[in-house]
Order: sequence, then structure tokens, then C-alpha cells
Amino acid sequence: MENITLPHLLEHPLQVCLFRNVENATFLRQQLLDGNTKFEYAFLDASVLLSRKHVLAACFRAINDMLNDRLKSRNVHSEIVFSLSPNNNISESFRRFGITNESINVLAIKVGGDAAQIESHLTANVKGQPAVFSDEVLAEVCDLSRIKKIYRVDVGTKSDGEAARKEAEAFVLGSMALKGS
Amino acid sequence: MTSHPPAEGLKVHVLPAPFDPANVTLITQGAEALLYRTTFLAPSTPAALKVRPQKPWRHPTLDKRLTRQRILAEARVLVKCRKEGVPVPGVLGLDWEAGWVVMEWVEGWSVKEAVRGWEKREGARQSEQERGGYEIEGLLRRIGEAVGRLHKAGVVHGDLTTSNMMLRPLGSGGAGQAEESGAGSLEGEVVLIDFGLATQATQEEERAVDLYVLERAFGSTHPRSEGRFGVVLEAYGESYKGAKATLKRLEDVRMRGRKKNSKDYPPAVLLLTDLEGTVAPWPDECDSRTMHDREEKRRVPACLQPYQKAESYTGAGSNPYPPHAK
Repeated sequence: MENITLPHLLEHPLQVCLFRNVENATFLRQQLLDGNTKFEYAFLDASVLLSRKHVLAACFRAINDMLNDRLKSRNVHSEIVFSLSPNNNISESFRRFGITNESINVLAIKVGGDAAQIESHLTANVKGQPAVFSDEVLAEVCDLSRIKKIYRVDVGTKSDGEAARKEAEAFVLGSMALKGS
Repeated sequence: MTSHPPAEGLKVHVLPAPFDPANVTLITQGAEALLYRTTFLAPSTPAALKVRPQKPWRHPTLDKRLTRQRILAEARVLVKCRKEGVPVPGVLGLDWEAGWVVMEWVEGWSVKEAVRGWEKREGARQSEQERGGYEIEGLLRRIGEAVGRLHKAGVVHGDLTTSNMMLRPLGSGGAGQAEESGAGSLEGEVVLIDFGLATQATQEEERAVDLYVLERAFGSTHPRSEGRFGVVLEAYGESYKGAKATLKRLEDVRMRGRKKNSKDYPPAVLLLTDLEGTVAPWPDECDSRTMHDREEKRRVPACLQPYQKAESYTGAGSNPYPPHAK
């Protein structure tokens, strides 16, 4: 698990943990649907995440909107999922970016909280292998055709490498930032 | 806020939350916005923070609306350019209620610095043979191509100057390479910045005016290189399908401008004083100077005359002054 402090948001550190080969996605999703307060996480489907920046931009927007009392969804964690979306449809954003019953690679994010407690709770409840939250691992697990479809942007193929990805990332971040305007 | 108190009468702008003066450095200030350098999303990622502070003299509701409109217009243009492959800084974060936008930091130096540096080096050269000036034409060419790509995307910058263009060292991202070629070098990718006045327009006229602004700005910032500006236009002309038509329109725009009588462009309209005593410039009855001597003291303007039959017009374009009624 990684502890990330975003510049300018020192009061709201993030606890981020990437899991590969998750077996109990259905269970995790059910906890969210039931509103189980012990599972207050943003569970993202890692196959639609382009890069670290992509995820962190969504976190920044969600926390900033929370600080300004502008949350469109229930809490800051669901707002992170919603922030990833280029449009205003909340349930669609959950379907696309949130955990689904078929999710294999899952990124769990919690805003604030005690690091040790979160780590033990996550490792106890998520049946998967913890992985490093890095651009390289995300590149391995991401599904470029889905990202291309969601953001309507040409992301190239895996062989196009870094440059095409960076180009796409800049546009993706821009459309996320403009959402709701 | 800052370590030392601000000067008398100078109001320190309040940064919108969550930004803290301790983490940002003021780079420059324009009429509408302040530009800071900061980091965003990761402590190692430099970013440009553009803040449009509140204007206390405006009505709060109007102020909010204008700030929102302008910051969104700029961000939309940047995102559009990024999608179309125009070299601009991308938008990383945005809050139109609070009036700030965070953009990618563009490494390097401005085209203005680069051209000035080159002019200086060129001036220091001794012989005529050494003064080729070919290096700068590569840069001018890249400027023309960058503006062409911008216009192709349907965006008009509104304030094209050499200080609103950056030269980003190639392979930037890894620091250190910039030092090697040296600040002020003519190498690097041309990146357009400051889209505060940009509009999404598809009119040929607006694109031509955009070029005209650049032409005049270039001429006054780099008078010694003004003669080479044609290279920019030449590269522009090859950059997209409608470019040639825009260049044609640019000629019209020049004629409207203040420079229309300079040696660079042939005069479009001869002044009346140039013709005094040679040829009568207008048909007699329309000449204001002779009008006073006429018997009929007050003449009714054509637009107030009762409707005339169409036949009395000699045809469009031949005579702009229709004959007056008896």
C-alpha cells in the first residue's frame, strides 16, 4: 500500500492499494451497494486507468469539490469514481470506472484514515495480490480500447508506447477537468 | 501571507483554496490573471497555476459570471488544441467557481528571447559571409507551422506574439538537456501559450487578423528580423487547406491597418491631398468643397430621399453615390 500526499492537499492524504487477480470482486461490490460503512473506499477497475496522474487528478477534483461542498454523489470516495468520467452521468461512471463483478484488477483508494488499519482491513478482505501502484503496472493491466471508447480519444496501442499515452493523458485530464462546466 | 509585508497601497491577492502562498511562486501578472509556478498531483511535476482574482469593483454576480466564462473558454480551447495535436500546455486541473486553472509547465524559453539572442549573436559577426541567417529561418518556419495547426483546429489565439510562444527543448521532461543547448537557442518545439484571449472561430477574417497581429508584433519586437517574416507566412501557407485563402485575406487586413502607406505595402487608397490640382477626385456634384458654392443650399442625403426607381442606379459597384432626386 502507498501513502500519497497530493501537493496543496496536505490535510487529506490518500491510501492507495492496487490488487491484481482479485477473486472476490462481487463481494466487494456488494459491500458498496449495501452501504457497509466499513468499506468506505473508492474501488476502481484498474483496466480503465491510464496512469497515476489520471487517478490522482480524479482524487484532486473529488477532494477539492468536497472542500467546496459541491459533491455530486454520496461521499468523497464515490466522487473519485465519478470524477474519472468525462460526463455527468453518475450511474454510468460507476459502471465504467467502479468495481464490477468481473473486475480482476482493482485499485482501492481511501481519503484520510489510519494507514496501518486500512492496510490490514484491505488485505484481509480483498482476495488478490497487492501490486505497486505505478504507471508500468497500470500499463500492463489497462484496456486501451475501453479507454479509447470512453474518452473518445486516440490512445494508440500498447506498442505505441509512452509518447502516445502522454498525448492521450493530457486530453483525458482536460476532459475530466471540464466536466460539469 | 508573505515573509515581508507588501508595499503601501499594494493589495496582495488572496489565493483561492486549496493553494497556499508558501507553495507557489509568482511568475508574471497580466491585466486579468496572475501566473504562478507550482507543483500539481506529484511534488516532482511542475505546473503553471493561472488565477483570475476577484475584481472588487465589479458587481459580485457579474464578476463571478465573467470569471467563469473566461476561465472556461481558455480551458476549452486548450483541451480542444490538445485533442487536435496543436502544441499547447494541457489542462491538469480547473475550478471555474474559484477562478483557477492548472496547466502543464512548459520548459524552455520564449521565442522572443531566442530571436533576440540570435540577433545579438548575428550582429556580433564580422563578415557578410558569416551572416547567413539561415538558422533562424528554421525557427520561423516552425512558428508558421504551429500557427497553421492552431488555425486548422478552428482556434484563433487572439494575442499571437513572440513572447506567447515557447521553445521547448526536444526530449524535455528529463531536465538537464535544456542546459546543453543553452537558453536562447533556436532549437526546440514551438509551444503556444496564453490562450486568455482565444476564441473558437472558423472565420477566415479572424484567422487573418490573428496573423496580422503576429506580423505587427513581430515587426515591433524584432525590427532587425522583420524582413524575414515572410518565411513564417510561407510555412503557414502550406500548413492546411484554407491557409492560402487566409493569406489572401491577410492582404486585405493589412490595407485596413495603420501601416497601409508604408513602403512595405503599396498604398490602397490615395489621399485627396495627393491628387489636389491634378484630377478631380469625385464627380462634381458629390464634392464637398464645391458644394458650398452651389445655388442649392441644403441637400437632402440620399438615404432620406423618397424611394427611387431601380433604373436610376447605374449598377452595383460603378458609382457608390446614387444620383439625387430633383
